[in-house]
Amino acid sequence: MFATRAAIRHKDLGIWQAWTWRDVRDEVVAFSIGLAELGLGRGDRFAVIGRNKPRLYWAMCAGQALGAVPVPLYADSVADEMAFVLAHAEVKLAVVEDQEQVDKILSIKDKLAALTHIVYDESRGLRDYDRAQLTAIDDVQRLGREALARDATRMTWWEAEVAAGKGSDLAIILYTSGTTGRPKGVMLSHDNVLISARNGNAYDRLDVNEEVIAYLPLAWVGDHIFSYAQSYDAGFCVNCPEAPETVVEDRREIGTTYAFAPPRIYENLITVTMVRMEDASALKRRMFHFFIGVARRWGEKILNKERVPVYARLLYWLGELLVYGPLKNRFGLSRIRVAYTAGEAIGPEIFRFFRALGINLKQLYGATEASVYITAQPDGEIYADTVGKPNIDVEVKVTDDGEVLFRSPGVFLGYYKDPEKTAETKTPDGWVRSGDAGFFDPKTGHLKIIDRAKDVGRLNDGTLFAPKYIENKLKFYPNIKEAVALGDKRDFVCVMVNIDMTAVGSWAERNNVVYGSYQELAANPAVYDMIERHIEEVNRSLLLEGLMGATQIRRFLVLHKELDADDGELTRTLKVRRGFIAERYAPLLKALYDGSREADIATEVTFEDGRKGTIAARVKIRDIKPADVSRVEKAA
Amino acid sequence: MRAPAGSAIVAGDTLLAVDRVSLAFGGVRALRDVSFDIRKGEIRAIIGPNGAGKTSMLNVVNGFYQPQRGSITFKGVTRAKMRPFEAARGGIARTFQNVALFKGMTVLDNIMAGRTLKMHRGFFWQLMRYGPALAEEVEHRRRVEDIIDFLQIPHIRKIPVGKLPYGLQKRVELGRALAMEPELLLLDEPMAGMNLEEKEDMSRFVIDVNNHYGTTIALIEHDMGVVMDLSDRIVVLDHGVKIADGTPPEVQGDQTVIDAYLGVAH
Repeated sequence: MFATRAAIRHKDLGIWQAWTWRDVRDEVVAFSIGLAELGLGRGDRFAVIGRNKPRLYWAMCAGQALGAVPVPLYADSVADEMAFVLAHAEVKLAVVEDQEQVDKILSIKDKLAALTHIVYDESRGLRDYDRAQLTAIDDVQRLGREALARDATRMTWWEAEVAAGKGSDLAIILYTSGTTGRPKGVMLSHDNVLISARNGNAYDRLDVNEEVIAYLPLAWVGDHIFSYAQSYDAGFCVNCPEAPETVVEDRREIGTTYAFAPPRIYENLITVTMVRMEDASALKRRMFHFFIGVARRWGEKILNKERVPVYARLLYWLGELLVYGPLKNRFGLSRIRVAYTAGEAIGPEIFRFFRALGINLKQLYGATEASVYITAQPDGEIYADTVGKPNIDVEVKVTDDGEVLFRSPGVFLGYYKDPEKTAETKTPDGWVRSGDAGFFDPKTGHLKIIDRAKDVGRLNDGTLFAPKYIENKLKFYPNIKEAVALGDKRDFVCVMVNIDMTAVGSWAERNNVVYGSYQELAANPAVYDMIERHIEEVNRSLLLEGLMGATQIRRFLVLHKELDADDGELTRTLKVRRGFIAERYAPLLKALYDGSREADIATEVTFEDGRKGTIAARVKIRDIKPADVSRVEKAA
Repeated sequence: MRAPAGSAIVAGDTLLAVDRVSLAFGGVRALRDVSFDIRKGEIRAIIGPNGAGKTSMLNVVNGFYQPQRGSITFKGVTRAKMRPFEAARGGIARTFQNVALFKGMTVLDNIMAGRTLKMHRGFFWQLMRYGPALAEEVEHRRRVEDIIDFLQIPHIRKIPVGKLPYGLQKRVELGRALAMEPELLLLDEPMAGMNLEEKEDMSRFVIDVNNHYGTTIALIEHDMGVVMDLSDRIVVLDHGVKIADGTPPEVQGDQTVIDAYLGVAH
């Protein structure tokens, strides 16, 4: 029944090319035997580097069939970052996408003693390269096919190799980007990955009819489970986009039914929509805002199948026709059944926006060490501020000092070549420390995560300070792309803000604000005014929530450059590295707390091609008057 | 892409030779007795200060201007002057100093326009868009998609060119020229007005076109860093006269060239 169904598609040359499960088997067998001919065997590690391409997924499968262990890497890592992981994992072979990745590997080859071959997908630009260690995937597969044609026993040998693999064997090593220090290699067994994938499919009743789009980094455990393991378990089709820039368009063409993304992706969809609406005609704009209002009021209730008045249903139905439907179509989410957000806390406003449109967006709490699944929200039990209940076969408990622990069949084997770290994280009876602070909400029975356990701090007066909570509130404003909140062991809270170039750029255009660069726009007083208004609103909302009212923002600045993973300021999964930023921008930090009106800063930046340069700027700092109760009540 | 049939010229042979060409507009002598050649498979740069006659030279090569004296030999055929359609049919394509695209048409349509010369079915058939004409269009589209992939612009395939930033428009223009499957590609300041990153991207594409499609390239460029890195050989013009011709190091060390660029004390 599966043989003739599409297993994977890739948009290439403007057309969706599809492979059925039977095709995939043929491709993988040829690839696998080809790799064996190149000397890859049981226990060997091999790197997989590139964007989401069918042949890179096949590479993982082909290697695993032989008992080899794939080590996927982030495709946009610079060579130095790769050198550590590749050397640490002692990879024997690297399967890469294109010339860019081949160049990176060649530049660090001296450090990779174990590396014997580089296998590449796209030959473009590689014509004049030394062939000695370079092989195209096509040629590897040809090697495999020739070996099969020459010797019929090769097939039985291959099948025996597959059968020799055990569930407890090491299946994959995923290096976590890590908000601090060197990446750690999380070892997952076949059982970890497969049982988790199967439970995940059962939890949301995912079957062969799903369509997903694979666009998240191969090295992320999320992609490995959702676009690879779950597809192989349920038999649904995985679609690889044409280019990173075309994902939204490609998703629209496919109409995904099951989606998984970090909050940033959803934030970005809202930002783009809001910016577009600002440019739309007055009529469309009013229609949009009116029906978004309707959706915010009733949409979530309708989605949760609660009782709502008839006129609300009618209005919502009209809104679906005029606004929500077309919008969901634009997002490529018309056919969505289950959409997850994970990896980081999502702003409640963003979360509710999608729910209000009728998109079944749910929160999931997972970790690489758990093969993703720890908790998830069951359908109909959705709250913006919880991460749900433990998944199938998962046990969760919270320690006295607030740290969340979990135990499940997906729990990792250990960190590769690091028994010390493994012992720190994993207890002998299988409990894993998540490093997150949280608690079970007595009302709903759901788990709530406040922040990273180590990030939750206290102001000097003892007030609890959760930086991410404040940052997320700020990031809901389309004009703010990234925020860094500071306050641990300080007298008050300050923030450093990154403006969103798309949103603020469009605003500047409409308001005749002239600028030449990001830096110039960021320093513009009118931009400061705008950000100030946003922060005042955040302060008011913090105050209204009581618990966090004492951590209102007192001072802020707009950073002169965008935080960038290439400079180490964000992780590869684009999480803010607060400690590193505090160190790097020490002069700004000092100025924020010593009352200065401005500060000079020079930072080294790394360009995409790896060269370095310096950006210097004088950054202004503004004070914010904290909201007080009387003013807030008047406003409310 | 294949080279046009009947071409027996192999890499290293002279593809195009300009012999003692002179061009004048009334009293202005734009080119004076300029001779140089372009070999198959190379990247040939034409440089010189403003008003040196670089663009005039390209215009002579593809028949926009008709020189008063001299001759042009292209693929073994010597002519006193080139006509634009002879140049185009013969496999010479070019891009312009100021972008010359159809602003209201999409990227895809603009590049498809570059295939016009390769379409065999007449107007009537194309209007019907049926049978052989459709099959032909599918084939052309395949070629165009190949170029779109090559230039890494699939994300803007359906966007009107007028909405694109300048750097991308330049890339689209290169795409349209490539759609002609040219044997000789003339690029008039492909990197003018670009920032460093765009320049590096464009340089990469120029090298890739040369490498991947085997297209011979003649380019005019002001950025000396780019010229020195890219070209196999360089011809230097000044006030319509050729003052140097050779490999990048040779040209770089040439005193006349240095004088022409930096000026000499009189």
